[in-house]
Amino acid sequence: MNSSAISVSSLRKAFRDKTVLDGIDLEVRAGTIFALLGPNGAGKTTTVNVLTTLLTPDAGRVVVAGHDVVTETRAVRAAVGVTGQFASVDDLLTGRENLLMMADLLHLPRAEGRRIADRLLDRFDLVDAANQRAQSYSGGMRRKLDLAMTLVGKRQITFLDEPTAGLDPGSRRTMWEIIRELVADGMTIFLTTQYLEEADELADRLAVLDQGRIIAEGTAEELKHQIPGSHVRLRFADRYELDVARRVLQGSTKDDEELTLRVPGDGGVKSLRALLARLDEHSIEVEELSVHTPDLDDVFLALTGQAHEEAIAQ
Amino acid sequence: MNAVSAVFADSATMLRRNIRHTVRNPVTLFNGIVMPLFVMLLLVYVLGGAFDIGVKYVDYATPGLIIMTIGYGISATAAAVNSDMATGAINRLRVMDVSRAAVLNAHVIVTTLRSLVAVALIIGAAFLLGFRPEASFLQWLGVAGMIVLTVVALGWLTVAFGLAAKTPENAAFAVVPLILLPFLSSAFVPADKMGPGVRQFAEYQPFTPIIETMRGLLNGTPSAASAITAIAWCIGLTLVGYLWARATFTKRA
Repeated sequence: MNSSAISVSSLRKAFRDKTVLDGIDLEVRAGTIFALLGPNGAGKTTTVNVLTTLLTPDAGRVVVAGHDVVTETRAVRAAVGVTGQFASVDDLLTGRENLLMMADLLHLPRAEGRRIADRLLDRFDLVDAANQRAQSYSGGMRRKLDLAMTLVGKRQITFLDEPTAGLDPGSRRTMWEIIRELVADGMTIFLTTQYLEEADELADRLAVLDQGRIIAEGTAEELKHQIPGSHVRLRFADRYELDVARRVLQGSTKDDEELTLRVPGDGGVKSLRALLARLDEHSIEVEELSVHTPDLDDVFLALTGQAHEEAIAQ
Repeated sequence: MNAVSAVFADSATMLRRNIRHTVRNPVTLFNGIVMPLFVMLLLVYVLGGAFDIGVKYVDYATPGLIIMTIGYGISATAAAVNSDMATGAINRLRVMDVSRAAVLNAHVIVTTLRSLVAVALIIGAAFLLGFRPEASFLQWLGVAGMIVLTVVALGWLTVAFGLAAKTPENAAFAVVPLILLPFLSSAFVPADKMGPGVRQFAEYQPFTPIIETMRGLLNGTPSAASAITAIAWCIGLTLVGYLWARATFTKRA
């Protein structure tokens, strides 16, 4: 089996003279969660639309589930499901009717459609609301129904365009659990999000899209190490130990009131071991040690900020 | 499943959904049925007495009221098509490989069915108000055929309006001319009683031959000339609406 679920190279897309995607390369392995991060207008939805055959690329090669999106559109459509940014549930139909409509459109036998609908309602905890019209659903319920509709067909790859935008924290966590279960069942998930916490929680790999370009790509940890800001914080019992440590550890900054020392580093195990060895060497007693890595928000702001400054400089 | 039977199956599925939309949406039902009944009572009881046209007014006005009923019914179609585009429902369907034909056909078919029900009610109400047509069974079939042709033509035009409009409000507004045009035809007063300019407009706009064809059939005095003009208009408008809808759908979805 081909282990690559999505493979994109030099993808370009422009609307009239406005370039939206300016040469994108992506690689998503089957059975993993990939998150595409970016501010509003970065081109996330356009990327999803090209990958799901809704838009044709201007240039570049896009292979999804082993099929080219331009020449083998039908095969791609048979393999992917999409849950869009705006929940596309039918307000005037009940939850069950929405699911049965999907089953009908997939030409499933009636009995099988009913069985799948019941199973999904149960799985997404929508049984009580199954016979109510979707217009009475809460935001969280609508998103769940929307995703359930996508899952009526057996899909290898599911695209989730901002699946938790506008949801309360509880509903968001429920959504995360559902997404993890899907991947555990062998599905590949491609999600876009503005929430770094979400990418950090869920994604195996992520890419940051800004102004139509991928400006960073890797695991959450790799991205965090890419930008400065990692440091180790040491707390001491008294001023004397603090001052000794300050002299020994070059480049560190101390806080006399808190009795803490901030030692910059890359946050890796190797440098931490070196730091501890050095403290031992000078017999410095440390009360408390904590490693601080920048969270993805720092990464995001640093990366997109940089790109904007470069653009302005040009 | 081959492509043709898939289009049929998908059209049926989408039609079932659109029928549910119609019966569950009180605004659609109100606009489609209550409004035309109201206008009918207004014309026949309040205004009609003032028009001296030589025949019983309800007999004269019923063909026009039928056309007006169709006009009121289709504003819901424009809004429904537009909201399908706006909510992402269409994108989901496209990724599921549901054909464009199925989506658009279902809208036109449900519009036709809805209009036929509303028109049947209006004709029933006309009978209660004293409407006494002379038409034979075959002539009634001719009337039914004319109604279906008109609804299909207006239905495709409306679907195109709905697709082209930026918002559901704009979409509903776009069909206002279709509701107003019957008033500038021979629907409620004969064209030769209108002022200059308006009269010529009324004589040459499509609703006049359509209404005259139905009026002739209902009176038992059908006119081939107006029937041919009416059918030509319907076919022309259907073609324009269909091609426009198809092109807009491809461009927008």
